Amino acid sequence: MSDHEYTPSSKFGKWFNDRLPLLTLANHLTDYPTPKNLNYWWTFGGILTFCLITQIVTGLVLAMHYIAHADMAFSSVEHIMRDVNYGWLLRYVHANGASMFFLAVYIHIFRSLFYGSYKSPREIIWILGIIIYLLMMAAAFMGYVLPWGQMSFWGATVITNLFSAIPLVGESITTWLWGGYSVDNPTLTRFFTLHYLIPFLILGLVVLHIWALHVPGNNNPVGIDIKKPSKDTVPFHPYIVIKDAFALLMFCIVFALFVFYQPNILGHADNYIEADPLVTPAHIVPEWYLLPFYAILRSVPDKLMGVVAMLSAILILAALPWLDTSKVRSAVFRPLFRQFYWILVADVLILGYVGAMPAEGLYLLIARVATAYYFAHFLIILPVLGWKEKTTPLPLSITEPVLGGSPNLAAARNDEKIEKTIK
Amino acid sequence: MSKLKNILFVLILSIIVLNSSNSAEKSPPFLETKWTFKGLFGKFDRASLQRGYQVYTEVCASCHSMKYLTYRNLAEKGGPEFSEAEAKAIAASFEVTDGPDSTGEMFVRPAKLSDKFVMPYANEQEAKAANGGAYPPDMSVLVKARKGGADYIYSLLLGYSEPPEGIELDDGVYYNKYMYGNKIKMPAPLSDDLIEYTDGTKATAQQMSKDVTNFLMWSAEPHLEQRHKTGFRVIAYLIILTVLVYFTMKKIWSRVEPKV
Repeated sequence: MSDHEYTPSSKFGKWFNDRLPLLTLANHLTDYPTPKNLNYWWTFGGILTFCLITQIVTGLVLAMHYIAHADMAFSSVEHIMRDVNYGWLLRYVHANGASMFFLAVYIHIFRSLFYGSYKSPREIIWILGIIIYLLMMAAAFMGYVLPWGQMSFWGATVITNLFSAIPLVGESITTWLWGGYSVDNPTLTRFFTLHYLIPFLILGLVVLHIWALHVPGNNNPVGIDIKKPSKDTVPFHPYIVIKDAFALLMFCIVFALFVFYQPNILGHADNYIEADPLVTPAHIVPEWYLLPFYAILRSVPDKLMGVVAMLSAILILAALPWLDTSKVRSAVFRPLFRQFYWILVADVLILGYVGAMPAEGLYLLIARVATAYYFAHFLIILPVLGWKEKTTPLPLSITEPVLGGSPNLAAARNDEKIEKTIK
Repeated sequence: MSKLKNILFVLILSIIVLNSSNSAEKSPPFLETKWTFKGLFGKFDRASLQRGYQVYTEVCASCHSMKYLTYRNLAEKGGPEFSEAEAKAIAASFEVTDGPDSTGEMFVRPAKLSDKFVMPYANEQEAKAANGGAYPPDMSVLVKARKGGADYIYSLLLGYSEPPEGIELDDGVYYNKYMYGNKIKMPAPLSDDLIEYTDGTKATAQQMSKDVTNFLMWSAEPHLEQRHKTGFRVIAYLIILTVLVYFTMKKIWSRVEPKV
């Protein structure tokens, strides 16, 4: 946080600000010292905020026309697509917006993984992020149920059935979730209500996420602590604002290509068939962004253990700040970690791929190996790496080595520092 | 490190490629035809849509409903664009049950532009009973409800043949090489000169398949033309704005020394 006191120039501004320091907040947000070496991977925070707002605004209008009833949901969606002014645009933006949201959140998460942004003192930002991610998955899943197509219905059936794996009370919990003895109208109405609620919970958490970020300030590609403000930083406005705007526009072009030219490519054809409890689709597959976890779920032969594995795969991320024992944040200075990082990226992609395939034969084998590796990465590789890895020298500041100060000296001093911290 | 990355990505790619060649073995590649609605400026072929409607109403409509379409849609922009008078005449050729009237009785009247397409059967059960237990799916969004979309529908319509040796078919089941599992309960619906096109086009099975698929694509995506048009404008606008913002960004960041 910037330390200097802010006083509004106008008398009214001062009067107001003494009672509600909104102007101080606005001043903090514009002046907020940001590392000047942030690369484009850091622009996804702003992009995600845009995605959330887009989903809320389009969702709000869609909800004015949508009817949450098992007999009418499907046709109300067709009504939106055909008769509501620009209804097709609203719906395609909302449906593809979910995919774009996840695309951005995965880049955001993997950026954090690469540059060690989850490490001290940013653990709370990271954990809030994991909670937001969990809520996003819940919101996306329930949103996918609303059009009441075949994949909506059967996806809902498969996922809610997972709760029946809980010993003793599982069946009762499932019945309670359904509001009956199968996925039906009561399930749809409660999913609609929750789908409407969750984005606002996410919005609240995003505020906390940003608040928690503004306490220590941004991590940066070099991953070292920097003095703020200093010559290593730039004020958020206009430097970061314009850079975020540029990245956001690039992102919007991709977004628009999907919305206007391939609006259904990320969905399933089956979801244009109205839900039929008597006909099961040949393959029940979740949306692409949930596939890695679906693969983990199916790779375990026991239902309960499968659910436990799937949940652990997400919750393990919350423990990441303590599982990664290395004191060096950025992968730039961690040659071994960097390799394992890319293997993890590949591992998650493979999990996503086998998640879309039938769980049999070679696919099942690959899914099992990939699942085992996923957990090994966090539970074995990361803790051990922290102790064993020899990191390369860190610069003293973002500008210093570049300014022609002695990089060797800086490196030498750092080597000492790192060795001390490792011991 | 980059070597390792490369190896991994090649590995993933090869799995994907291998698999897609696997699935290609299961069903033959779709028949190829040129669709005017594809591409950046894709539009419907108006005459083809009108012929497609004729195929639908004279052939398909005896079993398949299109419950999300309204007669007024036929005269709307971006569709077959029948004149309003033509659309009214089309609607009036169907009868709908309306009511109750002031005496509490239901009555039958000719359909109006605001009426939904009249369905061939009163309900799903009746449709099944009339079709050997198979339900002819509603065709309003059929193109979007099938993997492969228009190409699939077009190929399916032309994909009927005698079953290969060793495949036994029950009564009322037909062989179609594009159908999932190759067995379909719909007999080949189109054959040369089955109907007579009002515009004089020769009604080959291929022509009719193409026309009706065009029509079904429109019925599934009635705002496709508007979507393409708006999309082009939106993206052009975004690109120009992005370029402007890029130079603004360069200008602003030029104040920051040194470059990092």
